[in-house]
Order: sequence, then structure tokens, then C-alpha cells
Amino acid sequence: MTEYVVLSAILFTIGCVGVLTRRNALVVFMCVELMLNACNLAFVAFARQHGNLDGQIAAFFVMVVAAAEVVIGLAIIMTIFRTRRSASVDDASLLKY
Amino acid sequence: MTFWILAPIMVAAALGILFVRKAVHAALLLAVVMISIAFLYAVMDAPFLFAVQIIVYTGAILMLFLFVMMLIGVDASDSKVETIRGQRVMATVVGLVFGLVLVLGISQVTFGTVVGLDEANTGGNVPAIANILFSKYVFAFEATSALLITAVLGAMVLAHRERLTPKATQASLAAQRLRDYAEHGKHPGPLPSPGVYARHNAVDTPALLPDGTAAESSVSRVLAARGTVRSAPALADDIVDVRRQIGDPSTMPETSGKSGAPANTEEDEK
Amino acid sequence: MNLLTHSVLLSSLPTAEGAHAPVIAPETGAGGVFDLLWLVIALPLLGAVLLLAVAPMAQGPFKAKVEQSGHLVGAGAAVASFVLSLVLFVALLGRGAEERQVGQHLFTWFETGSINVGMDLLYDQLAALFLLLITGVGSLIHIYAIGYMEHDPRRRRFFGYLNLFVAAMLMLVLSANFVGLFLGWEGVGLASYLLIGFWQHKHSAAAAAKKAFVINRVGDIGLSLAIALMFATFGTTDFAAVSEATSHADQDTLTALGLLLLLGACGKSAQVPLQSWLLDAMEGPTPVSALIHAATMVTAGVYLVVRSNFIFEVAPIAQTAVVIVATVTLLWGAILGCAKDDIKKALAGSTMSQIGYMMLAAGLGPVGYPFAIFHLLTHGFFKANMFLGAGSVMHGMNDDVDMRHYGALNKMMPITFLTFAMGYLAIIGFPGFSGFWSKDKIIESALADNLVIGVLALLGAGITGFYMTRLMLMTFFTEKRWDADVHPHESPKVMTVPLIALAALSVLGGFLLAGNWIVGWLEPVTGHAEHHEPPLPAIVITMLIVGVVAIGVATAWFLVGKRDIPREAPRDVSFATRAARADLYGDAINDVVVVRPGASLVGGLTTFDRVGVDGAVEGSSLVVGGLSTTMRRLQNGFVRSYALSLLAGALLVVLALLAVNLA
Repeated sequence: MTEYVVLSAILFTIGCVGVLTRRNALVVFMCVELMLNACNLAFVAFARQHGNLDGQIAAFFVMVVAAAEVVIGLAIIMTIFRTRRSASVDDASLLKY
Repeated sequence: MTFWILAPIMVAAALGILFVRKAVHAALLLAVVMISIAFLYAVMDAPFLFAVQIIVYTGAILMLFLFVMMLIGVDASDSKVETIRGQRVMATVVGLVFGLVLVLGISQVTFGTVVGLDEANTGGNVPAIANILFSKYVFAFEATSALLITAVLGAMVLAHRERLTPKATQASLAAQRLRDYAEHGKHPGPLPSPGVYARHNAVDTPALLPDGTAAESSVSRVLAARGTVRSAPALADDIVDVRRQIGDPSTMPETSGKSGAPANTEEDEK
Repeated sequence: MNLLTHSVLLSSLPTAEGAHAPVIAPETGAGGVFDLLWLVIALPLLGAVLLLAVAPMAQGPFKAKVEQSGHLVGAGAAVASFVLSLVLFVALLGRGAEERQVGQHLFTWFETGSINVGMDLLYDQLAALFLLLITGVGSLIHIYAIGYMEHDPRRRRFFGYLNLFVAAMLMLVLSANFVGLFLGWEGVGLASYLLIGFWQHKHSAAAAAKKAFVINRVGDIGLSLAIALMFATFGTTDFAAVSEATSHADQDTLTALGLLLLLGACGKSAQVPLQSWLLDAMEGPTPVSALIHAATMVTAGVYLVVRSNFIFEVAPIAQTAVVIVATVTLLWGAILGCAKDDIKKALAGSTMSQIGYMMLAAGLGPVGYPFAIFHLLTHGFFKANMFLGAGSVMHGMNDDVDMRHYGALNKMMPITFLTFAMGYLAIIGFPGFSGFWSKDKIIESALADNLVIGVLALLGAGITGFYMTRLMLMTFFTEKRWDADVHPHESPKVMTVPLIALAALSVLGGFLLAGNWIVGWLEPVTGHAEHHEPPLPAIVITMLIVGVVAIGVATAWFLVGKRDIPREAPRDVSFATRAARADLYGDAINDVVVVRPGASLVGGLTTFDRVGVDGAVEGSSLVVGGLSTTMRRLQNGFVRSYALSLLAGALLVVLALLAVNLA
């Protein structure tokens, strides 16, 4: 049991670091997905631990929301790319001091 | 057992996402992680999620990623230089500490015995999930439907581009072409096709004009920009070379135009 | 000198227990003509309102008409008020001696908590005399001003201010409580400010008006504190109630009350140390000077002291202070009068001196009150006469006020000369003239009370003789010194008629003393005086006074009349002359004692405000601003930076959770 959760934590942390270090918006997005999946893994693991299906339902909802999020996120990336000819998250940095 | 095989693969693939330069590779590595997770779901008595993970995540979401990637340039890759000062170091340090704290913290916890889902899954995992989803979580479920519809509308709005000019018809295009010819002398017909030779039938070789010079416009501009255009005279050198190999030291062609014809005959003879 | 007199005086003053001031008990609802008492104030007030508030609303062809007839409204209101005062006086004469205090309740002014202040009027013997003086002399000045201000484009406004002045003064003397008195008191201050600065285009006039106003405020603080103290002690300020309560009140409170009232009186009556505004106030038009010096304003202080006799009688220390202030002032003013070349300022110095005499008399107790009022009346006549005469001279001399540019005007303006001479003889105390009677009585009472004060008052009389003779000689006698383009001429009738009337009063004012009439008349108000035997027989004192005055006059004759008078004031003069020219350094003392410490205090506060307060405020804002300038770099626009902060925060939360759970 512990091993699943530890794996989930490791994957989550890798996702975090990916979000922080990668600049391509698509890769950043993928790292976000990685973090979501790590959470899902923990959910499913805990569902087995507790012997009910609520965890699986939660993971299911996370997937649904992630799908919606990806659709919108990618559309935004597309729009930004269309106007700025760049998919780097660092280029969209005009809103600052 | 499955876990101990998959876990290193997953961690390695996840770390790979951090280090590969091309986004396509990152997407493929992510697919590895996701499929592995799907297998772990199967191991953990969640066959429904196993299927959904494969179909929705790997099948739909990742494909969407790849589509977008194709749209915005498949070979767009990060440079290795970090633009924000200290960001990479700090991210690494904080990330490491964070992961370490999480792992250490979790390892301190004793979870007790695993209950297992055998009882909950009696009568099948999918009916059991359906039971709970359409009773206990029905409102959340309905809310997700609203969320999905909103997402669809949002994607449409974001991707939509307002048409600012009327749609060009064939007639207006033809008129425009002739007008360009009248005003700028632009050739109204189609561009010449690239060179087609007896031995070479290639888009990267320009066609030859009647005076023997190469027609620059017959080759795609992309190839010209890449600098991979071959010239017809270079081709002629090949012919001379071949002829020498077969022992025919006849007259050396002066122009590519004259050499082209015998070359063809040579080809035909073969 | 002050210390000496103080100790001497204290020993000779009657004890508080022995003194009893008469209680004021007005009879209300007297009916008849007394119901019209309020009209005395209302008429000039109405004139002021008409001239100042209604007239400016006139449009079109009306406008010119209003401007041309404004002075008639003003003068008419004053004269009507005088006629009414006269009728009231006659009516009062017709009543028995015990019924001569008439009250009139107009309305409740304000009522808050236990304090109830009514708009009450009190018409008694004292108020009656003041009413006659104010409206009578005031009317003459109004009439005179018609001629004097003929060419001034703002004559309507001037008459509005004059009416306001008279109305305020009437309110002051008619009110039956100190709050109403204060209303008039402040009204007088306002009107004097407006009138002294009437020619506001002159910087000196504006400055003088401001100075008069500010110095009067100092006195007003005294009066308002006194009123507050009365409310706190007696719960009321009605003369009737206060006069009844003072006999059994705390001695210290009464002393404080008396000193505060004296401070108020000093401000209005230009007594040392609040005297410095009076000479500067000469910047106003001459009728204003006459009004201030003769009928209104400066007499208010004397009125206040006499009216508050029920307080001063039981506060001997305050009374002593009055005497000391008065003695210093009478000498101070007299010395100033000796050195001034400006005819109006010389007269102003004499006013100061004469008011000093009145205050001196008022400080002497019941024996002096009637003579204070008597001298106030006669002074009102001859000083108005001389001021208007001086105005007439200036009128003929192209508004030049320097006596060194006059000389030999007696032939050029005979009426002015003759009337002025009447005033002159009255003020120096020429036997038979009004000033002779009034001043003689004051000096006699002073001598009877205290030898030092009496001798100083006598000395003042001699100096009066000197400076008035000097003024007279420099103006009307000696050789002519005026410029070629000046053509002295007699003033029009509208100006000379009031002069003649006032001259007559100056001569005949002494008749008020006939048979000690004024003493008897005022006795119900001021109390009966024990007769103190003077150190010398009365006739000897009178001879002495006349002798001293004669010496003064003779000195002036030899020093001024027999010598050439340079057109420019000589510079190499004695220290005494220089000091007197500089108002005995009154302004310099004010500067050193009040203005400069005040300025340094304000400067210090400003610096503290700028450096300390502003520094703290602006410094903290600078610090915050500086920090913000640095901190805002954190908002660098990079999403990944923000995400890093987010992760660090999450790390902290995890650590906190661990710390809580594992600890």
C-alpha cells in the first residue's frame, strides 16, 4: 500500500518540477496531467485500502475534469500561438510590474 | 510484482519528460506513464478506470496533445538556457525537498491492512461504479455534464476566427490573377513543374528552360530555403561520369540541354 | 513704580466686606414709550441691513439712485435713533428715582441645559446717558460724514458700516446680560475692523484693521472667559442676578472675574498693554476715528468696568489693577501725544490718555464711577469735536495729516479754528469748559484716594496741556508751511454745523455737574460714595491743576510757538522723543514678548510638522515605497515563478502538517 502512495508522491513531485522548469506550454501542460494522474493513482490505491469505490469515482471525476481542462487549455495555447507565434510560457509575461 | 516492474519504468519515463528536448518525445513518454498507470489500475481491482484511462487519457487527451503539437510545429523544442535567473536551481531544490518530505512523511504512516475491493466489486466493478455514480454522486455527475458542455463551447469560442473579408470565389481569384498580370506582369498561369529527367524524377531539381537555364520558380520555396536544390548541370556531370564508366568517351556535352537528350537515350538503351 | 503704588494702594483700599454695590433690579413691562426701547437698536441695524444687504440688489436705473441716497438712509437711521433716545430719556426723567431701571424682554435667545440666555434689554440711568452720547454724537458724525465722504465711490457702504457700528454699540450698552453685551462687543469689533480698513486699497489701512481686530481678540478672550466663569459660578450672566450673587461669592473667583473683565476692557479701550492698535487705527476715514474715539468702541471698556461695579466693588485686587493700568495708560498716551506730528495720531494719543483718566476714575470705586462717566461724556463731545475738526483741516489740506505742513490756518478756516479751539480749551481743562469740571473731579478723587496716583494724574494733566497746545500752535498758528499747490479752505456747511454743535457741547458739557446732578443721577447704579476728605482743600487742588496745566501750555509756547518748526521732523532728537515717536516701543515690546516667540513657536511647530510629522509620514511611505519597488520585482510576469512560490507554499503547508502530526 505504502509503495503506491510513495510512487504517487514521486510522480507528483516530478510533475511539479516539470511545470517549474519546462518552458514549452505543451510540455508544461503534460506535466500538469502527470500530476493529476499521480493523484488518481493515490485515489485508486486508497479505494482499495478502504474497500469502497468512492476513490475510484473521484479518480473518474478527475479524469472528466482533466479532459475538459485539456480542451480549454489547448485551445488557449492555440490562440496564444496564433497571435504570438510562440508556445513558450515565458513569452506571455507582459502582465507584470 | 507488476508494481515493481512498472514503477521504475514510470519514474524513468516521468523523469524523461523533464529532460527530453522535443515535445513529441515528452508526449510519448507521458503515454508510457499513463498506460503503466492503467495497468496499475487493473492490478488494483479497477477495471473500469483501466479502460477509461486507456481510452480517454491515452486515446483522446494525448492524441489531442499530439494534434496541437502538429499544428504549432512538431519540431519546436526548448533551448537549454534558463531565462529566469535561479528558477531551475530553486525549482530543483524545492522540488527535491518537497518530494523528500512527502516520501518521508508517507513512509512514517502505517496504513493498516488492505481491505480489498472484492466485496465492493461483487457483481462486477462497472455495475458497482454505476450504482454509486448514479445515486450518491448523481449531482456531481450532472454538474460534470454542464462542465463538459461549457468546455466544448469554450473551445469553440477560443478556436473560432472571425472572417474579416468575404470568402474568395473561383471567379474572383481568376480576376485577381489577371489583374496582377496587367499591373505587375505576374505570370497568370500555374508555376512550372520541377524537372523530370530520364534518370531523375525529382522535386528538388529545377526544370530547364528552352535556353538551357534552370527555372528557379519550378522548385518549392521551402526546398530553396533549406538549400537542398540540386542543379541540372550537376546531374549532367553524373551522366558524363556514368558514360565514362561504361567506356564511351564520346563528346563531352557543353550545355546541360544537349547532354540531357543523349542521357535519356542512354537510359532508354538500358 | 507699579510695585510701589500697588502696595500703597492695597493698604488704602476698603475691605471687601465693607463695600456693597447696589443690586440691579429692573422693572419689566414699564409700558408706554419704553416698549419702543428695542427700536433704538433696531433703527440703525435696519439702516445697516438696508445699506449693506438690500441696496446691493438694486438693478438698472435704481442702482444709481440707491448709491446717491444711501447716506441719507444711514444718517436718518442715526438721527431717528437719537430722537427716540431723547424721548426715552425724558420719559426716564419723569419717573421717580427708584423706578428708573426699565427692563425689556424681547425673546429667549438660546436655552441649553440649565443655561437660559434671553435677549433682554436694560434701560437705566447709565444706559440712558450712553444712549444719548452714542446716538447724539453718532448722528453728528453721520451728518459730518455726508460731507466728508462726498466724493468716495463707496459712500453707501461706509454709511452701512457706520450704522452697524452704532447698532452694535447700542446693543452693548442696552443689554441686560453679559452675553448680549458680548454680542454688541463683537459687533463693535467687527464694525471697527470694517471701518478702519475701509480704504482697503491702502496696505497700511488693511494692516491697521487687522491689527485692531487681532489685538481686540486678545481682550475678547478675557471677556469671553469672564462670561464662561460667570456661567460656571452663578449659572447666569444677567446683571440683576450677578449683582445680587456677588456679595456672597468666593473672593478668588471674583478677583479672577474682575481681572478677566479688565483684560476685556483693556482690549476695547486701548489700555496698556493692549494699546498699540489705537494709533494705527487712524488709517480709517476721519469720521470713523471720531466715532471710535468719542462715542463708541473705546468707551466700551469704561462702560464695562462701570457696569460691572458690583464685581469690582468686591474684588479689590482687580480694582487696584484697574487703577494701575489706567495710570500707566494715561501717562503713556500723553507722552505719545507729545511727539506725534500726525495730527490724528496726536489726538489718538490724547484719547488714550483721557480714557486712562476714565479708567482711573472707574478704578476708584463708587466715588469715581460718576466722574468716569462724566469725563466720558465730556470727552465724547470735545474729542468728537476735535477729530471732526482735524478732518475738516485735512479736507482743506488735500488729506495731508502732517502738522509740520500746516501752520497759520486760523485765518483760512475760521469756523474749524474756533470750534477746534473750544475743544482744545475743554481738553486742557480751561476753567469753565467741560473738561475742566470732569478732569478736576477725577484728579481730586485720585488725590483723595492715593497721593502717588493723584500726583501722576496731575502730571498727566500738565502733559495734556503741553501736547494739545503744541498741536494747536502747529496747526493754526506759527507761520504757514504748506505746499504751493495746497489751497486751504473752509469746509461745507454739512461739516461745519456738526462742528459748531459739538463745540457748544464741549463748552457747556460741564453743566451736567451742576448741583452734582450726574452724581445723584448715577447713584442708584454705581452706589453711594463715602466722602473722602482730600489732603488739600478742593479749591487749592483746582488751583494746582490749573497751575500745572498753565505750566504745560507755557512750555509748549516756548518750545513750539517761539521756535521755527522744520517741515521735516528733526532726526537728532533726544531718546525720549524717539521713544515717544515709536509709540514708546509698544510695538517693539509686543514684537519681543508676543510676536517673535509666537513666530518662533509657529516656526518650530512648522519645522516639527515638516521634519517630524511629515518626515515620519513621508519616511514611512518612502520605506514602504522602497520596499514595494524591490518587492514588485517579484511580480515578474513569469507564470513559472509564481508556480515556484506556490510550490514553496505547499511545501510549507506540508511541513506544518507534519510538524503538527509528528510532534
